[in-house]
Amino acid sequence: MSPANLGLPLTWRRIPERYGLIGSECENCKTNYFPVRKMCPKCRRKGKMREVKFSGKGKVYSYTVIYSPPTGFELDAPYAMGIIELAEGPKLTAQIVDSDPKDVKIGTPVEMIFRKIQEDGYEGLIHYGFKFKVVR
Amino acid sequence: MIGIVGYGVHIPRYRIKAEEIARIWGDEGGADGLGIIEKSVPGMDEDAATLAVEASRNAIRRCGVDPKRINAIFVGSESHPYAVKPTATIVAEAVGSTPHLTAVDMQFACKAGTTAIQCCMGMCSSGMIEYGLGVGTDTSQGRPGDALEYSAGAGAAAFVIGRDKIIAEIEGTCSYTTDTPDFWRRPGMDFPSHGGRFTGEPAYFKHTISASKELMEKLGLKPGDFDYAVFHQPNGKFPLQVAKMLKIDPSKIKQGLLTPLIGNTYSAASLIGLASVLDVAKPGNRILLTSFGSGAGSDSFSIVVTDRILELRGKNRSVFQYIGEKEYLDYGLYVKQRRKLKSL
Amino acid sequence: MRRVAIVGAAMTKFGEDWERGFRDLIAEAGVKAIDDANMSGKEIDAIYGGTMAAGRLIGQEHITALIADYMGLNPIPATRVEAACASGGVALRTGYLAVGSGLHDIVVVGGVEKMTDVPVGDAAVALGGAGDQEWELFMGATFPALYAFIARRHMHEFGTTEEQMAMVAVKNHSNASKNPYAHFQNVISVRDVMKSKKVASPLKLYDCSPITDGAAALILAPLEKARKYTDTPIEIIASSQASDTLALHHRKSLTTLNATVEAARKAYNMAGVKPNDIDVCEVHDCFTIAEIIAYEDLGFVKKGKGGRAIEDGETALDGRIPVNTSGGLKGCGHPVGATGVKQAVEITWQLRGEAKSRQVKGAEIGLTHNVGGSGATCVVSIMRRAD
Repeated sequence: MSPANLGLPLTWRRIPERYGLIGSECENCKTNYFPVRKMCPKCRRKGKMREVKFSGKGKVYSYTVIYSPPTGFELDAPYAMGIIELAEGPKLTAQIVDSDPKDVKIGTPVEMIFRKIQEDGYEGLIHYGFKFKVVR
Repeated sequence: MIGIVGYGVHIPRYRIKAEEIARIWGDEGGADGLGIIEKSVPGMDEDAATLAVEASRNAIRRCGVDPKRINAIFVGSESHPYAVKPTATIVAEAVGSTPHLTAVDMQFACKAGTTAIQCCMGMCSSGMIEYGLGVGTDTSQGRPGDALEYSAGAGAAAFVIGRDKIIAEIEGTCSYTTDTPDFWRRPGMDFPSHGGRFTGEPAYFKHTISASKELMEKLGLKPGDFDYAVFHQPNGKFPLQVAKMLKIDPSKIKQGLLTPLIGNTYSAASLIGLASVLDVAKPGNRILLTSFGSGAGSDSFSIVVTDRILELRGKNRSVFQYIGEKEYLDYGLYVKQRRKLKSL
Repeated sequence: MRRVAIVGAAMTKFGEDWERGFRDLIAEAGVKAIDDANMSGKEIDAIYGGTMAAGRLIGQEHITALIADYMGLNPIPATRVEAACASGGVALRTGYLAVGSGLHDIVVVGGVEKMTDVPVGDAAVALGGAGDQEWELFMGATFPALYAFIARRHMHEFGTTEEQMAMVAVKNHSNASKNPYAHFQNVISVRDVMKSKKVASPLKLYDCSPITDGAAALILAPLEKARKYTDTPIEIIASSQASDTLALHHRKSLTTLNATVEAARKAYNMAGVKPNDIDVCEVHDCFTIAEIIAYEDLGFVKKGKGGRAIEDGETALDGRIPVNTSGGLKGCGHPVGATGVKQAVEITWQLRGEAKSRQVKGAEIGLTHNVGGSGATCVVSIMRRAD
């Protein structure tokens, strides 16, 4: 039972955000959001949302190394994850790979890379998207 | 004028030493004849599609072309993550070129990447498209204990092809193709089969040399006219022998001969070599590039570097920077990471 | 609003219950609570049942119909309440509103989760539904990982240590060993916690609440009728609920659960009491760091001083403000949907003076704090012995 099995349309719908870090900016209050929001939670009806593409640069806001992985991530363990604060403001949760876990600290600069997130077994869909790595 | 507008590579961070593989199989010195010191290994979460995306993003970032003006993407690989479903659409979406483009996957053992570039050249020349993206990418597999296990590496190279803002003109290309079954993989099989020494003389050498000679003849060029040469590199030795047979000074192939350090990256092998040459070449330099794909065929190119290359230099990490950033795996971690155990 | 009292309280023995299934557990807790209220069952007007993930854990939805059926309570209305790990707490608040509003007189509030019928990995995935499935769990995060993010920030901002977190587990195991209903009956040491298997650094196995089967139930009645059923009615003097972002990463701060702060502020106002007035409380220690943050967010100590409070024994059974006398989620166990109801059962027993060897002497006012997910829902309820 993998969360991805929630459905094909569900993951397809998220491709622009997961591949390209597409989010939203409210033109009224100038707040950036990731993922895309159709309505600004601050301005509601007064808000005016437009799509923005984030640079993929950011820094580690908090982090952990997962030793007990959930179903579907067994082969990846142990792996580092972080809450990443993007340069444009929004925060997101992502794996931090291709990096020495000792280098992953609060404040460490990171950049987006493109990776497999998970697979629906050997026959199912492969889900791709962003992960991050420490900027060297 | 048609040529390279931008280029980018991606080489995974992990390496395994040939001597570590030899240790497992009691084959000390077994890799010596191949001229391979170590090879690249993809991360657990990397496949031919992710490598292609990273290389393509690097290529596009380097030249600054608006991805929406890339109207064709060809991805050459023998390890596409899906048997049916294109890698090229993943790349197109991830670089932001969708939806107004054509895209398709190619497969021709180790040469589909150079053929992807030829396709881009044809479509650009005819005016069908403004820019094209040709990619060679592979996470190739060698059967445990097989000689291929020493060499089967992972990497990708991507080239933006167009008619303006060219950093290296492709002044000519030609191919040499026959049905020569030296290496293959049947559907559903995990590992390829090959003809052993048959992969050498009648396959690799015959096609590589024939294509290179035909190109020189066509363009009226002599071996001495090239400042650099890059050949497909299934191991560290074959390209040196080709250079010798073509009477090209071995010093000219050094910059593009990377298999000793990253293994054979299959569809990306000669293209990463070309990228490495472009990292250092001076305006006016002429480069001979000849790929080889089992099955079998070779594509040969003559490429002349323009002044514009200097503007783009340093905008990306160089091939040798990628090669230098590495983390070694022992055979146990390698087996886990490459999922070589059936139970994984 | 009418004043509302708890007139019956019961729970099953928490633990890995291989013998009994979902319907056995809730029926046992419900029937025992009805007995505790000296009722026949005919008096009951409605059921509110809290359960988080029956659909994924036992493949069963429509679970309050099942509960009404197995408790023999048809045809009264039975309503499922779901708010992840706060399902029980929200069910309690829903029952409180139903009685308080005058719509119903006697209400059963139940909470239940049967978690061990599936492999642990699948239970973890089911629990993941409490977070943001598309943007946290999909990426490979787990619930321990989310609380590890919180712990890391708390350590970074306030110097909280892994040893201080370990002390929460030690205290709660010690309390659990005095509670016959608790999942764990063994005491542990700080060294045991520090040496336990790494789960999501800095959290280790003993920093995490276990996967537990169990059920708990309460009978609510209008205060003015409560003495008909019990000599020791426990009045619910406040029950307040607040929400926050579903995904942890959308919060401004990770070291405070804003839903707790808000729910607590409103609850204290509603009850007319201050944090200092609380004699005993059950807080949501799904992970040890969660209890430390709860001390701060509930106003027992200043922000950042939670680690110090556990180290100084302030929240021990004999401390200034005993926390999680039942053993908490960590020691008593965490059958998610049951937890919020079980907390109120423990506080009821404490305020009645029935908590035996873990009794807090003279406890008059108690508080329950139940959190859903990584803090997207929080319910704070305050109870007082009705003398």
